[in-house]
Amino acid sequence: MTTPVLEARDVTMRFGGLTAVRSVDFTVNEGEIVGLIGPNGAGKTTFFNCLTGLYVPTEGTVSYKGTVLPPKPHLVTKAGIARTFQNIRLFANMTVLENVLVGRHTRTKEGLWSALLRGPGFKKAEKASEERAMELLEFIGLAGKRDHLARNLPYGEQRKLEIARALASEPGLLLLDEPTAGMNPQETRATEELVFAIRDKGIAVLLIEHDMRFVFNLSDRVSVLVQGEKLVEGTPEVVQADERVIAAYLGEPFEGDPGEAEAAEVEAAEAAADATSTTSTKGDAQ
Amino acid sequence: MTEIAKTAPAARGLLPLPLAAARALILTGGIATAASAFLAWTWTSEFPGNLTINGYPGGLQWLTFTAGVLTALFALAAYGIKGLGWLLPAKNNAPLFLSALAGFAVTWYAVIAISVELGGLVNLEPGGYIAALASLLPVLGALSLPEQLGDDTKENLKAYITKAEKIPAPQPLAPWAERLVITVVTALGLGVFTYGIDTEYGELFIGYLLVVAFSMWALHTAGLLDRLSRLTAHHRGFTLLMGFLAAIAFPFTQTNDHYTNIGVNILIFATVALGLNIVVGLAGLLDLGYVAFLGVGAYTAALVSGSEFSRFSGVQFPFWASALTGAAASLVFGVLIGAPTLRLRGDYLAIVTLGFGEIFRIAVNNMDGDSGPDITNGPNGIPSIPDINLFGLNLGEANDIGGITLGRFANYYLLMVVIMAIIVLVYTRAADSRIGRSWIAIREDETAATAMGINGFRVKLIAFALGATLAGLAGTVFAHVTYSVVPNPYQFAGAAPPNSAFLLAAVVLGGMGTVAGPLLGAALLYLLPEKLVFLQEKSLLAFGIALILLMRFRPEGVIANRRRQLEFHETGQTDVPDTTTLTDEPAVTTKAGA
Ligand SMILES: Nc1ncnc2c1ncn2[C@@H]1O[C@H](COP(=O)(O)OP(=O)(O)O)[C@@H](O)[C@H]1O
Ligand SMILES: [Mg+2]
Repeated sequence: MTTPVLEARDVTMRFGGLTAVRSVDFTVNEGEIVGLIGPNGAGKTTFFNCLTGLYVPTEGTVSYKGTVLPPKPHLVTKAGIARTFQNIRLFANMTVLENVLVGRHTRTKEGLWSALLRGPGFKKAEKASEERAMELLEFIGLAGKRDHLARNLPYGEQRKLEIARALASEPGLLLLDEPTAGMNPQETRATEELVFAIRDKGIAVLLIEHDMRFVFNLSDRVSVLVQGEKLVEGTPEVVQADERVIAAYLGEPFEGDPGEAEAAEVEAAEAAADATSTTSTKGDAQ
Repeated sequence: MTEIAKTAPAARGLLPLPLAAARALILTGGIATAASAFLAWTWTSEFPGNLTINGYPGGLQWLTFTAGVLTALFALAAYGIKGLGWLLPAKNNAPLFLSALAGFAVTWYAVIAISVELGGLVNLEPGGYIAALASLLPVLGALSLPEQLGDDTKENLKAYITKAEKIPAPQPLAPWAERLVITVVTALGLGVFTYGIDTEYGELFIGYLLVVAFSMWALHTAGLLDRLSRLTAHHRGFTLLMGFLAAIAFPFTQTNDHYTNIGVNILIFATVALGLNIVVGLAGLLDLGYVAFLGVGAYTAALVSGSEFSRFSGVQFPFWASALTGAAASLVFGVLIGAPTLRLRGDYLAIVTLGFGEIFRIAVNNMDGDSGPDITNGPNGIPSIPDINLFGLNLGEANDIGGITLGRFANYYLLMVVIMAIIVLVYTRAADSRIGRSWIAIREDETAATAMGINGFRVKLIAFALGATLAGLAGTVFAHVTYSVVPNPYQFAGAAPPNSAFLLAAVVLGGMGTVAGPLLGAALLYLLPEKLVFLQEKSLLAFGIALILLMRFRPEGVIANRRRQLEFHETGQTDVPDTTTLTDEPAVTTKAGA
């Protein structure tokens, strides 16, 4: 058995009284595209932040290819996990190329001295970085806009650039937080192609998405998070057919009497947690 | 674009004059303004600059003359006179109006100053009235030029002061011609700067500021400054070299050591501002106690200078050693202060650095042997710092070079030019590298930067330490130039530079993240309190008002960052809807990532 690329164990994140993520176990295997879905406020982004060290999980551990990650974002990126953000966080006043070059930070090491002295090593490294960044820009189709400011790109291209910037760190796992949010159907389709192309480069992908068609088309495996807990996990077909998922998405709990509804939901979620532990994760990944 | 503008029916002037008359008014008005500078404006030479002579301009009249000539040149260019087309590439009206305003502002300022200072309009000769009238004509003419006007007067006025939307690409020049342009502009720049530093009285300096500000604005709206920055971007090395040469040339144009002294102080102040620009402009760390690092450098140099009042009076380091010691001491202080504080973000960092800055001043005030260890002599400071001896050359003594006497301050000035050149090199090289990009990334979005693998604390500490080191290096020269070090200048805010507030203002006002910005800002902020002595205690107030105005109308500073310029030029993207562009403050509901 190969070690999974990502293995989160028993991850819990509490904000004061609110438990945003509750005892989530999660694995992503080599070459897999995994979808993470769930209603708004389910804790998907919080879970991402726990994985990438932006939040220190209250409990639990995250390991990448077998080694436990320290909860420091830069170390996580260095280890090989890169991410994008739900509401795009590009370096707005830097050019497209510079954004990608910043993504190369962990894979280069020229410090202040070498920048000041500008020896041949520095020039070589800068040139190599630029070439690599340009390759990535070609890959996502933004090479022609290398000198544009990130802030001046249309929305869809900003999302693409964020992916290129993440890829620049040469990750083994890419986390995408709602990569198609705000995109039109054509752009969404293009993104689909892009995700497949990324997987074909040998990079595992974990993505949060609201566009169900997109998610079920892409993913080898889909996980459903509801109220911070993993409700169901399985192949797209299994998940699509699951009644609890449909119920969670109809969102009844939040209308009417919240207190009762929440209690019911917790119960449902707990039952679900038991259920998921029986459906083996391994068998689902085809 | 221009086609539409021409055929659209609403193109009309703010004043109802026909186009031909308006143009003629600007041209004749400009010439008349220039000519009126040759008349006597007042009867007594009590008003500084002697404006009483018919046939030869004096003082403020030279400024009126310059502005009048500029207006006339723009007017001729608007007529399409051959050879002047480059002055008005976009054929817009704003440069005409603004250059006319330059003449109007300086002339009316002069006339009003004469009347007020000498006590009444009776002190004006007819020439004064003629000048005032003449300078009004081109303003009226310019306001009659047709523009796309609406109903809103404020918006309408705006049409006359904004830059043309589309500036046609310049005809390609041969590289040597481009270099010639840069050379001529540098020489002009040196002339303008030198004139400003050499102004002998406050009125002249105000008039100078008026003319320079409006003229530069006019050149900017004409698109000439953009063209120039494109040229300089093409010939970066050459431009730096010319700038360096111009800086060296300055003391050779001076006959009075007093102005060279101002030059030295501007350079020191500007050097420190450039160091602060790494911290504030690149890394986005608001440091309100930065002047303390200048102090650390100055005190260190004073202690090892061999001054008999130094605690270590027996020790006299050669300059290179004391410069390194001062810089190293600042570096250590920078790391000591930075290590605990740089984990804080934004406002907290500002408050803590403000505190540390004050602690430095209070500490050196108390280390006098009574309230603390005997190191700095307390409020008396360390006087009688000997002059620097550089390779056997005593900087305190005047030398003759090619028939021109270079005094003590000129020597220090040249030393500072070298140090400044080093610091400019450090700044530009650091900014354009992996570390510089990570500073900017941290400034833009710290969370995203750390998620891209940047160790935020580490790169911030490097920025902080580098900034401190550069300030310390400048401080070592500062101690020698001023003969003594005392705690007083190293405070947060004061009426005269250096102090942290002025340094920060120099960076913000000049333009964060640029090289030229802080240099210009520092020069301006040093000269203002120096020249406008009458403002005295009110200078802080005036300075505050000026800052507010600037931040309201040009928040990016006088010199805009290349990144911000890119927004207007190289992308040429006007079709991006506002809603899809990034805002500075992403709408995050949760602290990280959301
Ligand atoms: N930094 C934070 N402090 C307090 N509460 C938070 C924080 N981040 C997220 N939350 C809460 O955690 C819950 C899950 O949010 P989030 O992970 O953004 O959901 P999703 O991405 O699934 O829509 C929400 O109730 C949100 O308010
Ligand atoms: Mg989310």
